[in-house]
Amino acid sequence: MIKVEELSYFERDVLKEIGNIGAGHAATALSQLLAEKINMSVPAVTIMPLDRVSDLLGGPEELVIGIYMRVFGAAPSKIIFVFKREDALILVDKLTRNKIGETKEIGEFEESALKEISNIMTGAYLYALIQLTGFTLLPSVPAFACDMAGAILNSALLDCAVIGDHALIIETQFSITERQINGHFFLVPEPGALKTILNALGVGPSCKK
Amino acid sequence: MQEIVQVTMAEFKIMKAPGQIVTLGLGSCIGVCAYDSIVKLGGMLHIMLPNDAMAIGGVVNPAKFANTGVPLLIKELEAQGASRFRIEIKIVGGAHMFSANGQESVFNIGTRNLEAVEEACNFLGLKIVAKSVGGNNGRSVSLDLETGNVYVKTLESGIMNYVLLA
Repeated sequence: MIKVEELSYFERDVLKEIGNIGAGHAATALSQLLAEKINMSVPAVTIMPLDRVSDLLGGPEELVIGIYMRVFGAAPSKIIFVFKREDALILVDKLTRNKIGETKEIGEFEESALKEISNIMTGAYLYALIQLTGFTLLPSVPAFACDMAGAILNSALLDCAVIGDHALIIETQFSITERQINGHFFLVPEPGALKTILNALGVGPSCKK
Repeated sequence: MQEIVQVTMAEFKIMKAPGQIVTLGLGSCIGVCAYDSIVKLGGMLHIMLPNDAMAIGGVVNPAKFANTGVPLLIKELEAQGASRFRIEIKIVGGAHMFSANGQESVFNIGTRNLEAVEEACNFLGLKIVAKSVGGNNGRSVSLDLETGNVYVKTLESGIMNYVLLA
């Protein structure tokens, strides 16, 4: 089993590239869905202590919306979308072609809309990964939560705690140019999957001479 | 201004009055508050997983697991003058954050954490006097070391709720 703290700079760079290609596809999907220009940050591969992950989103008590999917197959992983609540409301407005500010509550309909956005983006992301690695990867049904950032992320990242105190996170930020909506997209390979991914890309432990 | 100490994941803190110990954003993790009202000494433990047998390889932090963390907390409290016969336990957390998929083990971890904490407390002969557990919302906890009061904060659908746990 690879410990995330022990990844080399080069291996991290390869993971970053995966994030880049996957997120590129996902951003295109979102852009088509909303008929808007989407900006995307260069993905960051971060290895961080589990208790600090919620700092990425403004602290453990920040009210956020999280959509969580598991990825099954050769490289089991987790995908988590996180939006601030007000950004999620604008996103729903954009998707349903409402005026910005019309959606005020997250009800069943809004929840479903946000899940669908995540579903489509995840599909695009995974498709890129599948082409790159040749793996079979299947996403689960999305699960939704609107709560404290700490509670959402910690619960989603729990199985990283089995192997250590750090999580490997491939993070991309999306923003809609005019509206300053920020979304965070996290890909978190499960502890055993990291080796499989690196091997498939020709940089893993079994590829070294 | 009284001192406020924060406990992060897989960690525990012990403190004497006056002051407060807090832990923020508990999901399926559990905050275990222990308090001895005679010596006004209390501690808080933030566990993530039920059993240290789940750990794979390497050095294990005992405060991460319910079965090792609870005894550790009590041992440290007793070393500083508390008595386990007076210690009262209050537990908070153990939620299912994501409601959609009940069948997966990662979603049941809250319940399993809860059972493991209760079992560890029973084993040590500790009284659990109050709990705010389960459900599908996150919680923040604070323990006031002057009174032993535990306050629980929730953000259910964006509305902040701050209650005394009794």
